[in-house]
Amino acid sequence: MKLKYFSAPYIIWMVVFIAVPLLLIAYFAFTTDGGSFTVKYISDVGQYANIFIRSIWLSLIATAICLVVAYPVAFILSRMEKHKQGTMLMIVMLPMWMNFLLRTYAWMTLLGNNGIINHLFGLVGLGPYKLINTSGAVVLGMVYNYLPFMILPLYSVMEKIDKSMFEAASDLGCNSTQTLFRVVVPLSVPGITSGITMVFVPAISTFIISRMLGGGSNLLIGDLIEMQFLGNAYNPHLGAAISLVLMVIILVIMTVMNQFDPEDQVLM
Amino acid sequence: MENIVSLKNIILDFEDGERILKNISLDIRDKEFVTFLGPSGCGKTTTLRIIAGFLEPTSGDVYFDGQRINGLPPHKRNVNTVFQRYALFPHLNVYENIAFGLRVKKTPEKEILKRVGEMLELVNLKGFEKRAVNRLSGGQQQRVAIARALVNHPKVLLLDEPLGALDLKLRKEMQIELRKIQQELELTFVYVTHDQEEALTMSDSIVVMKDGIIQQIGSPTDIYNEPVNAFVADFIGESNIVNGCMPEDCVVEFTGRRFECVDKGFDPNETVDVVIRPEDVKVIPAEKAKLTGIVESVVFKGVHYEMIVDGVDHKWKIHSTKAEPVGTMIGMTFDPFDIHIMKKTEEE
Repeated sequence: MKLKYFSAPYIIWMVVFIAVPLLLIAYFAFTTDGGSFTVKYISDVGQYANIFIRSIWLSLIATAICLVVAYPVAFILSRMEKHKQGTMLMIVMLPMWMNFLLRTYAWMTLLGNNGIINHLFGLVGLGPYKLINTSGAVVLGMVYNYLPFMILPLYSVMEKIDKSMFEAASDLGCNSTQTLFRVVVPLSVPGITSGITMVFVPAISTFIISRMLGGGSNLLIGDLIEMQFLGNAYNPHLGAAISLVLMVIILVIMTVMNQFDPEDQVLM
Repeated sequence: MENIVSLKNIILDFEDGERILKNISLDIRDKEFVTFLGPSGCGKTTTLRIIAGFLEPTSGDVYFDGQRINGLPPHKRNVNTVFQRYALFPHLNVYENIAFGLRVKKTPEKEILKRVGEMLELVNLKGFEKRAVNRLSGGQQQRVAIARALVNHPKVLLLDEPLGALDLKLRKEMQIELRKIQQELELTFVYVTHDQEEALTMSDSIVVMKDGIIQQIGSPTDIYNEPVNAFVADFIGESNIVNGCMPEDCVVEFTGRRFECVDKGFDPNETVDVVIRPEDVKVIPAEKAKLTGIVESVVFKGVHYEMIVDGVDHKWKIHSTKAEPVGTMIGMTFDPFDIHIMKKTEEE
């Protein structure tokens, strides 16, 4: 039982850096400057409904694209010989060793009106196209930055699927498409749910990607919150209220998601 | 009876160039219980996987029901497999695991219900429909695996060491049950095992393999009583194997003495392996015997005692219902038809 003392540092950490800040945000969201209770800021959040909808929409698209792109990658990776898997995983992870800002800057120069991509289009007599400062560019930035977070959980689940599962499916009459949908997809559901979580949550609250690739017209919730704390619109109470609403939205979406996870269902 | 599966000159090389199967030819008759028996690495599972379609032979032909099926993928073959570690689908319950093959074939729901019900009855798992497979015992998982394969009404059921993970008592029960199922459904079973007793108990015919080569094919009685070489004799049951030679027909000489036997047709003075089962060694008073030895150890084995007797040039293993005290000199003799003479295998 002595072991439980080892968890003390972590409990202290959680209280100081997670529980207390959360309470502070809730406190700020429901009080005025003078410290009296109000729901004014929470109801003010409604004015930004369009930004909320855009954020949810763009991050959903980005998550969906990540899933579609990552699924075959993770599958192929998980079926490679063990020693090749390590190398390939490193290549998947490699971009993440580069600074996040730098990577996003790189996309700015690629997508810019006079950027490399438009330059190449120009050579064959096309364009220039408006690539940067579009919602498409924001989605691209999200997919590019968060794709590894989709690949890794998918890979780690798929890698555990025993080869005999494929043989059993084939033995019982499945061609490869049937094996995919009757065996591989159901068995990789835990990876799908955690991959979606790990992409959707950072994507919905990002502000750098939308700022750098989306221009002024593609504000996301993250930008909105940032403006309330650091920008000209300075209003920590409203910022806290927006954060709180965002948190509730994420919580609701995650709860719905977890309904699909068979491991959670067993517990219920 | 017709041949349902035929293998013709099957050779299989692995990617690293190692030859796993060296020219396997074999006919399996319809409705027969055939066992591939051999030590690990002998190629028995590999042969099974070639019939299932998981492996393609490097050369040679596979025939199923008279048709050549080389290159036909597993899902198009009318065989089903019971895998070594069951390979049940963890995301499906017992019912859905058994129904899997039928659902793939888009069988009507009503028929699925009926056939899965029959299978649950056959393997004694009624009432377990909704149970998650990872909450079943090893024996129950085994039954689900058998039901999942049989529900598709395959012509041939392939079983890859299916009882390996079960304890002895359960294994014995399942052996009898499997045999019963095979006879009830009149199916062809191809069974892989390294357990000689299992093979003898269940099979109509046994294929003994070693190093990718078939050593002997025959009924359990044939294989036990007439092993073709020292390897088969030693692998099927326990044996005393001594070097000998054949001075003339029906006379064999080993440990410096001549004995009467029933084998003939060897070259004069050809060196041979002499195989005598431990239960065929008869203990007689030392003064009356050609061959004597001193009892070295006695172990009680339940039905009989196992004695190790230090004779000339060989330590004899004897199974007898009567034990002699350790250290006594005893005599040994053999009936002529209990002395099995075998040609030396080339490599030895």
